[in-house]
Amino acid sequence: MPARKSAAPPLTLSKAATGIAGFDLLSGGGLPQNRTSLVIGGPGTGKTVFALQTIVHAAREYDQPGIFVAFEESTDHLFTNAAPFGWRLSTMARHSLFFLDARLSPTVVRSGDFELSGMLAILEAKKQQIGARWIVFDGIDVMLALLHNSAAEMREIYRLRDWLAHSELTAIVTTKTDGDTSAVVNYGFMQFMVDCVIRLDRRLEEGIPVRRLEITKYRGSNFAPGEFPLSFGPHGMEVAAPQSSDVQHEASARRVSSGFAGLDGMLGGGLFRGSCTLITGAPGTSKTTLAGQFAESACVRGERTLFVSFDEGGERIVRNLTSVGIHLQAHVKSGLLRMYSGRTDEINPEEHLIRIESLLREHQPRCMVIDPLSAIAKIGALRSARAIGNRLIYTARALHLTTYITALVDGADPRAEATELQISTIADTWIHLSYVIHGGERNRALTIIKSRGTQHSNQVRELRLSAAGPKLTEVYSSGGEVLMGTLRWEKEAEERTRKLRQQAEFQHKRRDLQFAEADIAARMSALQLDLDRRRAELALYASDDQAQHVSSGEWQTQLRRLRGADTAATPASAHGKRRVARRKARPATNGDQAPR
Amino acid sequence: MTRKNAMTRKKKKARSPDTSLATVVTLRLYVAGRAPNSVMAIANLQAICQQYLKGAYKLEIVDVCEQPRRALADGVLVTPSLAKVSPAPSSNIIGNLSDTGIVLAALGLNSAAAS
Repeated sequence: MPARKSAAPPLTLSKAATGIAGFDLLSGGGLPQNRTSLVIGGPGTGKTVFALQTIVHAAREYDQPGIFVAFEESTDHLFTNAAPFGWRLSTMARHSLFFLDARLSPTVVRSGDFELSGMLAILEAKKQQIGARWIVFDGIDVMLALLHNSAAEMREIYRLRDWLAHSELTAIVTTKTDGDTSAVVNYGFMQFMVDCVIRLDRRLEEGIPVRRLEITKYRGSNFAPGEFPLSFGPHGMEVAAPQSSDVQHEASARRVSSGFAGLDGMLGGGLFRGSCTLITGAPGTSKTTLAGQFAESACVRGERTLFVSFDEGGERIVRNLTSVGIHLQAHVKSGLLRMYSGRTDEINPEEHLIRIESLLREHQPRCMVIDPLSAIAKIGALRSARAIGNRLIYTARALHLTTYITALVDGADPRAEATELQISTIADTWIHLSYVIHGGERNRALTIIKSRGTQHSNQVRELRLSAAGPKLTEVYSSGGEVLMGTLRWEKEAEERTRKLRQQAEFQHKRRDLQFAEADIAARMSALQLDLDRRRAELALYASDDQAQHVSSGEWQTQLRRLRGADTAATPASAHGKRRVARRKARPATNGDQAPR
Repeated sequence: MTRKNAMTRKKKKARSPDTSLATVVTLRLYVAGRAPNSVMAIANLQAICQQYLKGAYKLEIVDVCEQPRRALADGVLVTPSLAKVSPAPSSNIIGNLSDTGIVLAALGLNSAAAS
């Protein structure tokens, strides 16, 4: 469409940043450079701010002069409106920006048809003079309406388009709608003549005003489809764009204590630095206590911390936490801990977001607590609350803050949270606190539902509060049921007596065994004695037997000797006997002879 | 350019015979080159002046395309645009001046139109 003079248009569309936080992300870099963008929206949706902020940004950051043609508001009015954002337009108007008050005086009388060519000639001259790169036509509808007929309007839109195409300015044209885009005169045609269309919207969502921005067209470029929350911060307009953050932010492997040894243990050593922990639970399940303990431990480590409370005043929280052994007062005094409290029904959630973000810039914390985030959904504007919740988490992640977020869920089912703020999907760690009612008692139970990148306990623990601080205790499960409170105590007592009995039984048994052992040992030594006696007896017996043998032999020889000659009576036998005796007894005989 | 000169000449000529009229109306018409509405405005204004002011007027025609800074200084945005410079009260009329009644009313020449 634009009759560009350059022979070869760039293959990729170049974009001009608007400096509007979030918008440049949604649009992939800003507005189409040297082309025209149309900003449409009802009264008070921020069209003028959008355009002003863009040219102020361009003038400040890139030294690109700009022209602002105001059809609706006086220049003074514009300057006043921009003052809260710190833009100092009156100063800029002397150097880089030119403001043309293009309102027709109310005394002007109209007679017959007219055109914009005179104005365009003036602007052309001004453009040359200041070397403008940007131009804004703010509230073009006001001027077009004076033409009184749509054919003339179309003719002037054409004229404007041609002029813009030749001027090579990056242009923003704003025009009013009353909600319904078809009500805009020549809307379709205007949309056709521009390369980018941005729709701004402000409406009441359950009584709370919410602002939105949507890019409905971007010729030759991708853009994030859908509506995004819009708000006005201390430095201008901000769009809550979903940041493609997860991959960008380096996941830290460093652990930070949750301030709670028991919980650190369950989490396999603590929370990851820069992670986001969601604590859900029914009212009174001590979500705030856990959050307070985290804040305290962060302060003890010397880390700046921001404690955002959406339902109670800061002082009240500090006081209440003191009763469970969490002392924040000193840290508040030293300035390490900053409390931000805002009741959600006073200002809208977007306002809170902006205040929190500016606090983050100011206080530069390393840890943050938001308690409870669900309070911003309480007032009903669920969609914007959700967007704000996400935005807060992404901001915290971008700043590498270790964050604790609590959320109230009704009922015991933690899945209820998933349907509400939908934070559980973004959070790195999800801890659920619940009441277990059993045996006429209500006791607090803590479960880790998920914890990314970490081994964590699957066990339910009982959370006990005392003046010394909260404690996590192992729970008994009995017959598939978790026992807590006095039931646990009873069980513990029972266990103790059982143990005592067991011990007694064991000792008794041991003594029995010792006796048996001693008995056997005694018997064994008796037997040993018996054995020894018998062995001795046996040895004695054996030596008698030998002596008998020897003496019987000698006895016979003695007898024969005494009998003398009668050796032939048994010659054969005597011969044989003698031979044997001789063979056997020769050395012995010799030996024997000596003592003989 | 020639048109403007002709105009200036004309108004000078017109002034001398009509000194009897108490006031001379000074008008300035801003046009954009040869844009159709600008051409129409010149023709319409000349007709009105001749008919109702009978020469007792001073008319300057400013071409915005040629003198944009002057137009800017004078606060002119759309063309054609007619300014009654004097006598007071001053007035501004935009458009091709096709509606003579409106032009006369705005210039305070209703009585002239009636007579």
